Amino acid sequence: MAVCVAVIAKENYPLYIRSIPTENELKFHYMVHTSLDVVDEKISAMGKALVDQRELYLGLLYPTEDYKVYPSHQSPCVESTFPNQLCRYGYVTNSKVKFVMVVDSSNTALRDNEIRSMFRKLHNSYTDVMCNPFYNPGDRIHSRAFDSMVTSMMIQVC
Amino acid sequence: MEGLTLSDAEQKYYSDLFSYCDIESTKKVAANGRVLELFRAAQLPNDVVLQIMELCGATRLGYFGRSQFYIALKLVAVAQSGFPLRVESINTVKDLPLPRFVASKNEQESRHAASYSSDSENQGSYSGVIPPPPGRGQVKKGSVSHDTVQPRTSADQQEPASPVVSPQQSPPTSPHTWRKHSRHPSGGNSERPLAGPGPFWSPFGEAQSGSSAGDAVWSGHSPPPPQETWVSFADTPPTSTLLTMHPASVQDQTTVRTVASATAANEIRRQSSSYDDPWKITDEQRQYYVNQFKTIQPDLNGFIPGSAAKEFFTKSKLPILELSHIWELSDFDKDGALTLDEFCAAFHLVVARKNGYDLPEKLPESLMPKLIDLEDSADVGDQPGEVGYSGSPAEAPPSKSPSMPSLNQTWPELNQSSEDTAIVHPVPIRMTPSKIHMQEMELKRTGSDHTNPTSPLLVKTSDLSEESKINSSVKFASGNTVDGYSSSDSFTSDPEQIGNNVTHQRSHSGTSPDNTAPPPPPPRPQPSHSRSSSLDMNRTFAVTTGQQQAGVVAHPPAVPPRPQPSQAPGPVVHRPVDADGLITHTSTSPQQIPEQPNFADFSQFEVFAASNVNEEQDDEAEKHPEVLPVEKASDPASSLRVAKTDSKIEEKTAASVPANVSKGTTPLAPPPKPVRRRLKSEDELRPEVDEHTQKTGVLAAVLASQPSIPRSVGKDKKAIQASIRRNKETNTVLARLNSELQQQLKDVLEERISLEVQLEQLRPFSHL
Repeated sequence: MAVCVAVIAKENYPLYIRSIPTENELKFHYMVHTSLDVVDEKISAMGKALVDQRELYLGLLYPTEDYKVYPSHQSPCVESTFPNQLCRYGYVTNSKVKFVMVVDSSNTALRDNEIRSMFRKLHNSYTDVMCNPFYNPGDRIHSRAFDSMVTSMMIQVC
Repeated sequence: MEGLTLSDAEQKYYSDLFSYCDIESTKKVAANGRVLELFRAAQLPNDVVLQIMELCGATRLGYFGRSQFYIALKLVAVAQSGFPLRVESINTVKDLPLPRFVASKNEQESRHAASYSSDSENQGSYSGVIPPPPGRGQVKKGSVSHDTVQPRTSADQQEPASPVVSPQQSPPTSPHTWRKHSRHPSGGNSERPLAGPGPFWSPFGEAQSGSSAGDAVWSGHSPPPPQETWVSFADTPPTSTLLTMHPASVQDQTTVRTVASATAANEIRRQSSSYDDPWKITDEQRQYYVNQFKTIQPDLNGFIPGSAAKEFFTKSKLPILELSHIWELSDFDKDGALTLDEFCAAFHLVVARKNGYDLPEKLPESLMPKLIDLEDSADVGDQPGEVGYSGSPAEAPPSKSPSMPSLNQTWPELNQSSEDTAIVHPVPIRMTPSKIHMQEMELKRTGSDHTNPTSPLLVKTSDLSEESKINSSVKFASGNTVDGYSSSDSFTSDPEQIGNNVTHQRSHSGTSPDNTAPPPPPPRPQPSHSRSSSLDMNRTFAVTTGQQQAGVVAHPPAVPPRPQPSQAPGPVVHRPVDADGLITHTSTSPQQIPEQPNFADFSQFEVFAASNVNEEQDDEAEKHPEVLPVEKASDPASSLRVAKTDSKIEEKTAASVPANVSKGTTPLAPPPKPVRRRLKSEDELRPEVDEHTQKTGVLAAVLASQPSIPRSVGKDKKAIQASIRRNKETNTVLARLNSELQQQLKDVLEERISLEVQLEQLRPFSHL
């Protein structure tokens, strides 16, 4: 279940961030931000290689992502079986627009294909938003269609 | 219709009403539009209205002439007075009060009143007539309001929610509202006229005696409003003006204005009256939208690019967010451009939005080709309330039914057209059927189109495996399809695009296996062709003269090989020579000689292939399997020849016959094939010919074995499959032969080497 979905512009500022547990948005924002570094690293590593569909598998499994209570860096926390294992996946388009998705894999270990399909949907919706002449690139995305699509992803996946 | 006698007051009243309804001054008012609203405002049951319309003859005529209109009005008065509706009652009922038209759009009136009252002008006259509802006036803020409050800001949007609700207003509703509509065209520019008619209408309603002054004023005002500009957004700060406003300013203000004003009034009225489906676009509205579209994009089938649309709709002064949402809704195919239908939908949404209707989450049914839930129930609720002249929307719909169906019908058509336009984008909906359709079209058109001989033909065979069976069968069936594909550019929209796609595929696929794969069997010639071609063949072979395709079926078995022997030797004679020539590479060892007959057979096949080329029938195709198995005996060859000749007979190409007969050596007898096939056969033959030259006669045999392309699809399929089988068999046979020959060659070379070695060894002894 996608816990958080973020669309980051080329200049690494967010175009769209939305997370399910809204009370911890800041944490998600932070996670997304940190994952950007990994994304950039992977981009540069790719070099001239074309952008794969899902070129990033950040796989940052936070064994203990019960951020509310425990700091994640504590090893003891690892032992405790925290339900939340947040996997973060990244996706970069040809225009260097990054999608970051934080997925709660506690329920189902989402297969790679599913993640890819989710990113594909994201990309398509993003393209539709771009096609709207009233959308200025760089603005925050307010499209209702985009929102509904993200909502469907967040809910359905879990 | 019997003569109608009207009192002076009635006369005046009626004439004013008629002038009001006669927007275009054509002296006849269409049944839709203001007349209907007028009647609805009469607060009569719908069936009564229908009856009135019928009685006055408008339904018969299809429009309201002046007399019809007067009669109708009189009948309205009759009905309102409680008298039964009858033609005679027109004149018999004396002293009828003037028909009352009560616009139930009290809130609109009130709004207008409010707006007017808020206006510096005409406040006195207006307010005196209709007590403006307190709250509404503020909402207006001086902006002209349409039927529904025109919120300039989002705050006002809530206003429309409760439009119809307030029927406190007394009588003068409909006239007032109508006046309001007509006012809209003037838009923000002239609020004075708007306010003016209002009071005039109210006296009508109340007085029922037709205040002449009011009439005069009203009539005076009726013409100007339509002429008002719609409201160029640029000109009028109050964005209240209805829909069309902004476009007017955007494009050609002058011309658009006049058009817009005329249509806008109708549109407004129409939109307001579309309580059935708030999102339905009326004819006038549609026409207006189309005109606006033309100003941006003259070609109605073309697109409006996103940037142009953005400019256009930005002039509506809606917030960018809402415009963005409108775009999302209306750009149905998400291509960043607006087709005519998309544009109309977007325009309509903008209009609705400016009227205060909330934007739906999804595109309403009537605005899009596909069926989508009419999500904006809230808006629906609003609109009926606002729109209905009569207090009860339920009442209105029935009476509207006569006109609505027509509107409804227009939409499906529009939707379809939008679909069509959407299809114009290279979005193939159904590949196969349209391909077939296109192919068939091409079939008809490419009667004698030999544009691309080689590639299409070659493509065809290669495509067999690639394309679906249906397509390929269709291709072959048409025979000309390949050519058609090459000329697919001539097609328009769907067929063209799909055809192009197909063509591209074909061409691509065809190019690669081009020289290697045997060309597709030429299409089966038409009966007529076969006839003509077979004449030659018959002449030559004297086998079966009149037997055309029907006869062809019988041919294979029954054709007497009489002519064959005469010819067979000929080609055979030639063939061996060729075969020898072909075999020259192999040593002249006796081992090779026995094989010559095989080659001879091949060459014979080649000859036949050249001559036959166009095996048309499946029967022939069936024969070919017999032919194909390249037996090394000459008998088979002769039998093959027979078969070939049979097929030849069926061939249309006359040239093939002479070619075969005269020059057996011309292995590749190109002419015969082309002649027969006209379209493809020639083309196919040529490449076949080339191939023959390239390879040995084996290829010719292979080609010969290929059946001509049957004309019918079913036959094509079978023929194609048969030809495929045959080709495969031939290929395997040839491959075997080749390997054997190679082996023999090796052996021979080894022998030679050994012999030479021996010679060398013995040489010294010789000296001794």
